[in-house]
Amino acid sequence: MPDGPPPPPVVQRVRLRYTKRARLRFTSHRDFARAFERALRRGGVPIAYSAGFSPHPKVSYVGAAPTGVASEAEYLEIGLAREVDVEQLRLALDRALPLGIDVLEAVPATGGSLPDRIDASQWEIALPGVAPEVARSAVTKLLAAESVPIERRTKAGQRTIDVRSALVSAVVTEEVERAGGTGAAPSSPVTESELGVSTAAASSHCAIIICVVRHTTPAVRPDDILTGLRQVADLDPTEPPRATRLVQGALTAEGRIVDPLDADRGGVTIGTPTQPA
Amino acid sequence: MADGSVERPYTLGGTMSVQSVFPRLEHLLPKVQKPIQYVGGELNSTIKDWDAHPVRWALMYPDAYEVGLPNQGVQILYEILNERPDALAERTYAVWPDLEALMRANGVPQFTVDAHRPVGAFDVLGVSFATELGYTNLLTALDLAGIPLRAEHRTEDHPIVLAGGHAAFNPEPIADFIDAAVLGDGEEAVNEMTDVIRDWKAQGRPGGRDEVLLRLARTEAVYVPRFYDVDYLPDGRIQRVVPNRADVPFRIRKRTTMDLDAWPYPKQPLVPLAETVHERASVEIFRGCTRGCRFCQAGMITRPVRERSITGIGEMVEASLKATGFNEVGLLSLSSADHSEIAEVTKDLADRYEGTSTSLSLPSTRVDAFNIDLANELSRNGRRSGLTFAPEGGSERLRRVINKMVSKDDLIRTVTAAYSAGWTQVKLYFMCGLPTETDEDVLEIAEMAHDVIRAGRQAAGRKDIRCTVSIGGFVPKPHTPFQWAAQEDPDVVDDRLKKLRQAINADRSLGKAIGYRYHDGKPSLIEGLLSRGDRRVGRVIERVWQEGGRFDGWHEHFSYERWIDAAKAELEPLGVSLAWFTTREREELEVLPWDHLDSGLDKEWLWSDWQDALDSVELDDCRWTPCFDCGVCPTMDTEIQIGPTGKRLLPLTVVNS
Repeated sequence: MPDGPPPPPVVQRVRLRYTKRARLRFTSHRDFARAFERALRRGGVPIAYSAGFSPHPKVSYVGAAPTGVASEAEYLEIGLAREVDVEQLRLALDRALPLGIDVLEAVPATGGSLPDRIDASQWEIALPGVAPEVARSAVTKLLAAESVPIERRTKAGQRTIDVRSALVSAVVTEEVERAGGTGAAPSSPVTESELGVSTAAASSHCAIIICVVRHTTPAVRPDDILTGLRQVADLDPTEPPRATRLVQGALTAEGRIVDPLDADRGGVTIGTPTQPA
Repeated sequence: MADGSVERPYTLGGTMSVQSVFPRLEHLLPKVQKPIQYVGGELNSTIKDWDAHPVRWALMYPDAYEVGLPNQGVQILYEILNERPDALAERTYAVWPDLEALMRANGVPQFTVDAHRPVGAFDVLGVSFATELGYTNLLTALDLAGIPLRAEHRTEDHPIVLAGGHAAFNPEPIADFIDAAVLGDGEEAVNEMTDVIRDWKAQGRPGGRDEVLLRLARTEAVYVPRFYDVDYLPDGRIQRVVPNRADVPFRIRKRTTMDLDAWPYPKQPLVPLAETVHERASVEIFRGCTRGCRFCQAGMITRPVRERSITGIGEMVEASLKATGFNEVGLLSLSSADHSEIAEVTKDLADRYEGTSTSLSLPSTRVDAFNIDLANELSRNGRRSGLTFAPEGGSERLRRVINKMVSKDDLIRTVTAAYSAGWTQVKLYFMCGLPTETDEDVLEIAEMAHDVIRAGRQAAGRKDIRCTVSIGGFVPKPHTPFQWAAQEDPDVVDDRLKKLRQAINADRSLGKAIGYRYHDGKPSLIEGLLSRGDRRVGRVIERVWQEGGRFDGWHEHFSYERWIDAAKAELEPLGVSLAWFTTREREELEVLPWDHLDSGLDKEWLWSDWQDALDSVELDDCRWTPCFDCGVCPTMDTEIQIGPTGKRLLPLTVVNS
């Protein structure tokens, strides 16, 4: 029985950026949380535990990408009972997680709150079979609208969500662009074919929408953007679109997204970035 | 494909490399429930080069991924086959109806979750049947794979469809749909089969499909139903089952892996991303059981007892934890507290993992083999989970009939000790519909539960203790002393369950501390049909499947009416019926559909044990008393392999550092 001395205190907090790539984008948040806690054990990470009858590892997740949506920029924070070398920690966790859930960065927390540094995401929405000019015209209509209310069933019941007010910017390209404040994502050790990425649609058109969306409650997700595009411009892709979160962080007044780990890396002012007006 | 048919893939052992179907599957996944179950990529899963490995196995557990993934049999064979330089193995599971419909509409075939290769392209589709209720799911998988449902329609272009698992001890109801079955332990059998198939392919596949099946049949360890004819008597009983080829054996022997320490599998257990029914590592601590519970097919067909040594267990536990990151280890067997060194195993493991939040569990424990010291070791480093005991029969008399000799005093003593040591929840498992059972036998369950609560409240000095009574329907199984018994009518079972509920709640103060869970008798009757059926039952399975039968082990998918109607339509023209197969008592000399399949048990011994059951005479465990001549050891050239070894587990030098 877990009585006796209290668990060892947290001596180090580490913030991680990780991915949900290719076929593992179908991982739900619950699935990920279970896999991550096992990876902590398998990787021999000296994780701190909460006190009490049923101790829990000290892991704080920051808003997860929806099931089925890929991500290059998911974040979480862990509390450790012993100080570690963060690069070794990153490698150990990366090895202990399945291919496609890749731990890209590990940074010791220097203070502040990670969730407070995250209020927007940059999404890439690939539309196989849709010509870029068609997508561009739809996006233009969406941006021109005052508001674009859509209906979605949430846990709280049917909700009306305004897609337009959360949408900061949107551009259409035919190439994948990794815009935003963090620069290019580190290259994955996994080839796309190993992970079963479809290349079937690559031969025809594939418009790509890159958009920045403010985090609201309830969140406006890539699916909602597509619903909005359908509503304002009858954009109705015949093949399922594929969405990826490219960047997550704090939105600047200029509409850029600041990497939430910048503040912990040093060289950058620690504090809450300026909120957009 | 527009007509809903599924594309026919590739050839048996063809040289053409096989493409992943994932690009075609991927866009269907956002439209289905829990898509993660179809994407594979589990930790410790293996993908091998197709062209470099001449013998390719698709291993199927014919139920949903969440149930199938933890299955130890599949994980063991997957690893053994993938360790071979000349073979590869991938896994496939039953797809839920939502994905099945999309796969049909889009021409996506049944696929493996590892490399998403089409199942029809493999050399063998090996299906592990823990229960007969997976038969309709077999048909779905065959159909989606583009494999003809009936073995007779298959050509060299199709995999060998092989059944294994406990239900394969009577595969006759699915004899038309499978090419072969293996009885017993699979570790050595899959290796021998791989050798046979590899050699046949290397020789240019002489004689085609017939030849490779014949070569397998000649090993005497693989049953090929097409090489046996069944003749019936005018009254519907079987007259005889005889080979229709000169060189296949009259009886097919079960396989027995004798030295468990030589087979420490799984070494690298699969760790799924999706949530599954058992979120833990499992180590099989012994195989077989000689307690002799007469209802228990597993205990009869897995004899003799073969223990893994304490040191072998220790190595496997450590390897599994390292490879998976699980925080619970299940010490599996049919009756785990019966291991000759269970006290040392649990104490030493608890010492070894002290302070690591690693819990141990013994999923099956007997009341009389259990003690509180054992329970304390199990919960020392982790959660204190509930305790489950299975007296199985409500009355002393009935427990003598089924040879589960647990006295009520033993039970009360054990649960009292548990409640006083801090447990607040005990689960009791019983069966309803046992041979010779009366209403009174079942109603005694209520008295037992009341006594448990009374004694528990006194011992714990508190009122908030609980006990759950869980009841399953009895299904007579092949190769047990009850194989001749009449299965109870579901209406009688349901009526007894209703009376029992009233009796439990007759005392409100005690009744509210007792949870009551049961399954109604109808699914058990269908399980009974599939368990003791013969080849004629295959038509019923096929009709039920055609009419939409899927996932029959799931009550929300199971339709009793569909089975009743199909049984009426298919069996009655043949002069037999659902009742004939289930609620009819058999006579000693009747040829049973599985008599040509040798589990090692002597039929005369089974019959005399059945007679002893009817006379309420018990039989001891041959591990600790002289042999009772069940026949297994001499027939199978085996013997009981148990400790104690006298060894202990040393502390690990480096734990979790």
